[in-house]
Amino acid sequence: MASVELKSVSKSYGGNPVIRGVDLAIRDGEFIVFVGPSGCGKSTLLRLIAGLVPVTDGEISIGGEPVTDVPASKRGIAFVFQSYALYPHMTVARNIGFALETLGLGRDAVRNKVAEVAKLLKVDHLLARRPRELSGGQRQRVAIGRALVRKPEVFLFDEPLSNLDSDLRMEMRIEIARLHDDIGTTMIYVTHDQAEAMTLADRIVVLNHGVIEQVGSPQELYHTPKSRFVAGFVGSPRMNFSTVAATGIGADWLLSGPGGLRLESHVTGNRSTPATVGVRPEALSIVAPGSGRLDGVLERIEDLGHEHFAYVRLDADNSWVVRLPARPREDRDTKVGLSFRDEDLFLFDESGARLDHAASHERSAAALAQTSGGGIAA
Amino acid sequence: MSVKLARADRRAAWMFMAPMLVAMLVVAVWPLARTFYFSFTDAYLDDPTNYSLIGFENYLEVIGDRTWWIAVRNTLLFTVVSVAIETVLGLGIALLINQAIPGRGLVRAAILVPWAIPVVVATKMWEWMLNDQFGVLNQVLISMGLIDHGIAWTANGSLIMGVVIFIDVWMTTPFMVLLILAGLQMIPGEIMEAAEVDGIPAWKRFWSIVLPLLKPAIGVAVLFRVLDALRMFDLAYVLAASSEQVMTASIYARNRLISFQELGIGSAASTWVFLLVAFVAILIIGVLRLDRAAGEAP
Repeated sequence: MASVELKSVSKSYGGNPVIRGVDLAIRDGEFIVFVGPSGCGKSTLLRLIAGLVPVTDGEISIGGEPVTDVPASKRGIAFVFQSYALYPHMTVARNIGFALETLGLGRDAVRNKVAEVAKLLKVDHLLARRPRELSGGQRQRVAIGRALVRKPEVFLFDEPLSNLDSDLRMEMRIEIARLHDDIGTTMIYVTHDQAEAMTLADRIVVLNHGVIEQVGSPQELYHTPKSRFVAGFVGSPRMNFSTVAATGIGADWLLSGPGGLRLESHVTGNRSTPATVGVRPEALSIVAPGSGRLDGVLERIEDLGHEHFAYVRLDADNSWVVRLPARPREDRDTKVGLSFRDEDLFLFDESGARLDHAASHERSAAALAQTSGGGIAA
Repeated sequence: MSVKLARADRRAAWMFMAPMLVAMLVVAVWPLARTFYFSFTDAYLDDPTNYSLIGFENYLEVIGDRTWWIAVRNTLLFTVVSVAIETVLGLGIALLINQAIPGRGLVRAAILVPWAIPVVVATKMWEWMLNDQFGVLNQVLISMGLIDHGIAWTANGSLIMGVVIFIDVWMTTPFMVLLILAGLQMIPGEIMEAAEVDGIPAWKRFWSIVLPLLKPAIGVAVLFRVLDALRMFDLAYVLAASSEQVMTASIYARNRLISFQELGIGSAASTWVFLLVAFVAILIIGVLRLDRAAGEAP
């Protein structure tokens, strides 16, 4: 087990920066998840930590030891690939034990360790098979077993469940969480799957264009995102945004936007001008037209059985999603009103930074109570 | 699928196959059958219409001929040595140019040049370069002071097989490189990265991962080259006509057929060459299990 520390780590390919001055401290035994849109550099960052690609600038240390110039094989890490990367010509047993063969362990010792790991991952009945005879889930178990058998200090996962169908993905997600509980090894996990990030992570690192947007517990990211980017990235369906016009009235702002939106808001701290408002789909409710804060036309309803998504068009450019537990009584193409509580309103300035406003403090306090000592950004 | 549709499909398949089948019949099956037939006759080339069937006599005549066995020995020696060198060299060069080195594209294109030159041209070119009096190789060796007077590379009995092998290696290594390179590029990069992270030393990565995964590609390349080498004719013939030192089985068959006009015996010798090639091909496919390995792609 070990901590991992990145100090202004950068990587460019042919003068093209992919990772730009990333600072990050990962505690011993922590489960860290890297998320971000494709091309944000999350996989590259993982590969830099693994030593599969050299850094252009900056320093990496694992367990307090600088490893920037140490080859991947000597960093005490294990890597689980999206493609599983099993050796296709070897049996499951040899796939798991291959790394041990070169350590000069006896044949029996290798066999025992392989059997132990195989049992833990429930692949002990498959030891004589080859990867092509396994299902996707079994392959991923073998890949994790191959990583586990070396007793690494740090586990690195690169979208390990992306090639699995959704049922299996959920099952493996729980198994990985259980594995982390059992062995307590530091794990760094790259994914684009919201559910994986929210359920597995002690802390989530949100990356955008090679820089860290925010580091925090899943609850912090959900309730107090630092920027419009993070707010839009965490949560599914994503937060509804609309551009607003702001008029200063003393210390307050009068905001007006599509759908007849008119709000008075008291921005605390930062005095930048609000440019965008955001409300999460689950914070919205459908009310009679004129009695809510916004008005629009109910355009479309998606029935998912356990929840319903209503699409309400505010104007030509803005359509908001409402997440509802039951099917709304209103018909399609009728006028509806939308309402939300003050503390569920997010304000962002022109640069995308979130602005604290009087009501949002209640939300922050609630969120902090909820995380109850869960990680605070390092 | 309904029976009717299935029947229509089958008919369409046969229609697409028909032109190829006709072409095969005319250019492959018919000449082969004729050769096979003539091998059981005492026909001569000056009057192929006048012959009688004599059973296996021609086959016995060929294997009773000392020259035939010299030709077989030459063919096998040439095949084993040249294909072995080409495989090792081809593997080495393929591994080298598979690395992301600058100018890799140019190297890959340049390496194909020897393979693109017709055998006769390449052989004549090397014959001149190896000429004992005017050849560039002897000039270089003399000017470096390594030898006093020119070596007769293509006349000396013990050197000429070496020269034939050398020219063949020069010409066909690119073919090996290309096939093995294609195999190398089929190996997913993540497998090699996984091995790297696992701390597998470079030699073991090569020996236990790259080589086994390359086996189908190398197997196919070796098979092609061996079949080619076993019926080699042009290179040795252009370089040394019918010198016994480099006479191959194909040259032997050609001599009996054309020089001696013995249509029956020439056909029998050709059939022996065919059997030899077929036997070795089956052996290689069996040993390397190419048929099964083909389905083992990662």
